[in-house]
Amino acid sequence: MRAAIVTFPGSNCDYDCYKAVTDVLGEDAYFVWHREQSVGDCDLVILPGGFSYGDYLRAGAIARFSPIMQDVQRFADEGGYVLGICNGFQVLCEAGMLPGALVRNRSLKFQGERVYIRVENTDTAFTAHYEPAQMLHLHIAHGQGNYVADSQVIAKLEAERRVIFRYVDESGQPTDEGNANGSVNNIAGIINDGGNVLGLMPHPERSVEALLGSTDGLPIFTSLAEHLTAAARSA
Amino acid sequence: MSRYTAEVRITPRAGLLDPEGKAVQNALHSLEFGDVEDVRVGRLIRLRLRADTDDSARRSADEMCRKLLANPVTEDYEIVLVKGN
Repeated sequence: MRAAIVTFPGSNCDYDCYKAVTDVLGEDAYFVWHREQSVGDCDLVILPGGFSYGDYLRAGAIARFSPIMQDVQRFADEGGYVLGICNGFQVLCEAGMLPGALVRNRSLKFQGERVYIRVENTDTAFTAHYEPAQMLHLHIAHGQGNYVADSQVIAKLEAERRVIFRYVDESGQPTDEGNANGSVNNIAGIINDGGNVLGLMPHPERSVEALLGSTDGLPIFTSLAEHLTAAARSA
Repeated sequence: MSRYTAEVRITPRAGLLDPEGKAVQNALHSLEFGDVEDVRVGRLIRLRLRADTDDSARRSADEMCRKLLANPVTEDYEIVLVKGN
């Protein structure tokens, strides 16, 4: 696997993603500055967390017009895999590559904490290494992670099993109490209809080594690595 | 070409929960402004532009809203156009 990690002015999780792919997985990764025109020769694009353009206007609203985003869009249109984490998820929504939007947390606070989420669909290239309904303990670190979309969009996402992660309580239930930020239907992560663009608010790259307290985020990266390596071999 | 000032007023879409507005409303209530029934907190963008006609100025501001200034999923917008600066 060869991952291109896009750095916007204000990205701050780009090195975490780089370390997860290279040190932990032993795969290839490189950075792509947002002013560049091409994502290069990769089979995965990661839009990392952070505060691109200081979250001015709306989180992700200005980053989506960065020169590199045109090529990210092209890459995705051709079936390339794109993973948007936190600010990356916000950018994907603003760019219209994923439906809906992320608004201010219902707490009105920036929340940096570890929360429980549940894997809702393991039949994707991003989640194949999880057990169905597996519960994960992952960090969130955001002020605008409250997922909203109109009711038809939500119904379609649910019907097509494109809600991939949901906030849950300690017993694994998607209750209001377990809803970290007020998201509709406790949605923490979704995938596009092609199954190749996934966005989530929690930070899997912060939970990839026992030393960091959890390895619950690692299967996203190992699932992708296996899928993309197999795809490259058969190509 | 004439000069225009466009004020773009952006508010959370009707029906969408506005936690910021709710918090401000609660604060107003605790200041004993109990008559306040609803608060929505939005954003005001004031921009100056040049255009040939009122119509084209408005069309241009509208396009800016759709492409960047407002997010149609979560926000409504209103444009108030004034000729001159």
